[in-house]
Amino acid sequence: MDYQPPPFFSRGPAPLVRLAFFVSLAVLLMVLDARFRYAESLRQVVALLVYPLQRSALVPVELFGAAAEFFTTQVALKRENEELKAKRLQGANELLTLEALRAENAQLRRLLDARERLGVDSALAEILYQVRDPFSRKVIIDKGSRQGIQAGQAVIDDIGVIGQVTRVHFLLSEVTLITDKDQRTPVQVVRNGLRAVAFGGGDRGTLDLSYMAANADVQADDVLVTSGIDGTYPAGLPVAKVSRIERDPAYAFAKISCIPTAGTEQNRQVLVLSSEAGFPPLPAEAEPRAGSLPKQKRVRKRE
Amino acid sequence: MAFLEQSQRILLPVNPAYIALTLVLALLFNLMPWRDVFWLPDMLALVLIFWCVHQPRKIGIGIAWFLGLVMDAGNGAMLGQHALAYAVLAFAAVGLHRRILWFSLWRQAAHILVLLLVGQLLMLGARLIAGAEFPGFAYFGGSLIAAALWPTATFLLLLPQRRPESVDRNRPI
Repeated sequence: MDYQPPPFFSRGPAPLVRLAFFVSLAVLLMVLDARFRYAESLRQVVALLVYPLQRSALVPVELFGAAAEFFTTQVALKRENEELKAKRLQGANELLTLEALRAENAQLRRLLDARERLGVDSALAEILYQVRDPFSRKVIIDKGSRQGIQAGQAVIDDIGVIGQVTRVHFLLSEVTLITDKDQRTPVQVVRNGLRAVAFGGGDRGTLDLSYMAANADVQADDVLVTSGIDGTYPAGLPVAKVSRIERDPAYAFAKISCIPTAGTEQNRQVLVLSSEAGFPPLPAEAEPRAGSLPKQKRVRKRE
Repeated sequence: MAFLEQSQRILLPVNPAYIALTLVLALLFNLMPWRDVFWLPDMLALVLIFWCVHQPRKIGIGIAWFLGLVMDAGNGAMLGQHALAYAVLAFAAVGLHRRILWFSLWRQAAHILVLLLVGQLLMLGARLIAGAEFPGFAYFGGSLIAAALWPTATFLLLLPQRRPESVDRNRPI
């Protein structure tokens, strides 16, 4: 005969049992999420529940921004106006030559019987906030699967690549910046067409070119653009500039660090490029790859 | 016989809606865009511990776990990371609630600091196992600030329970 407390004192399972249950549930989720990526549907549901909270958390910040904008002085506006005018004059010249170059390029491509490069579709999005996770560098943008955003798309600002869409929710998506430790960007040195992979530097806000031979032809101030050979990023978008090279004879690889071109931390408006400008399906892989690189070089020489 | 260092007044019963409201406000604080400031106090953890200590019958491990899951999804962190930490925090807070309330506010804050640090260490360990980099010791600064906020939080969160039950307009105070 066992003695049990009367039912009105019953408080459910013991705390330790409850703790064991919830801890194992959390560990299970972590393993599923980090190792197998099976927990995405659960994340989608919870993210949709949190969405109104996230938007309302942004309201005070937006109000503050609006107030600050309202009190911008006339002097500042005037100076900005003058700067913009000067910039437009500078840009006009380049724009005219660009138009001519584009026409010439199109004609040459047709001559070479090249597949015309598709105009890349893009969607304008706004960065809502930076993720509060000290272990990664990610931002949340205000477009999601409802607006046709897909995981894997490249995200750029007005001067270069800032990152890649890594997770898409219904109304929001998550962009991993190129400086994230787990982010890789396929790049190419503009000067000589050398291909490489840029690894995010994590906390430092830089990029590293890893696994480049110690005698690789890379110099300081070399400009890196996307190579486009992965079919995910469109080719020729500025990514970074080489800042420092250490060639230590003790190691097989040079240590090359670069500074991202785009303001990965500053801008609010970004452009999400659709990745459909890519390549024919895999079976035809060998042929177009062999052909596409010299073409890019030719284009670049003319610039 | 130990002495209570603060006067114990008899409080009004807590309103469950008020608990929910404070938890949602703390969650909102955590979801606000803070850019690169990593040493921010984790307000949700603080408020959660507070209610676990003061109302262990109403707030427990299950609610803490769910709020942790919400934090994970809202921040794009690894799913289950905050859930694990908050569940352990809630367990410890509920287990220690009789002991903690025996101390003065600043000594309570020392207990809370240890709890918060344990939670952060759990998250750090989980992320390091998953392959992340150590973010630097400023990461733990958030717990120090949160623990320093404990007396203020206690004052604010207990305010509605300190109202007089019946207002007497003729009374001088």
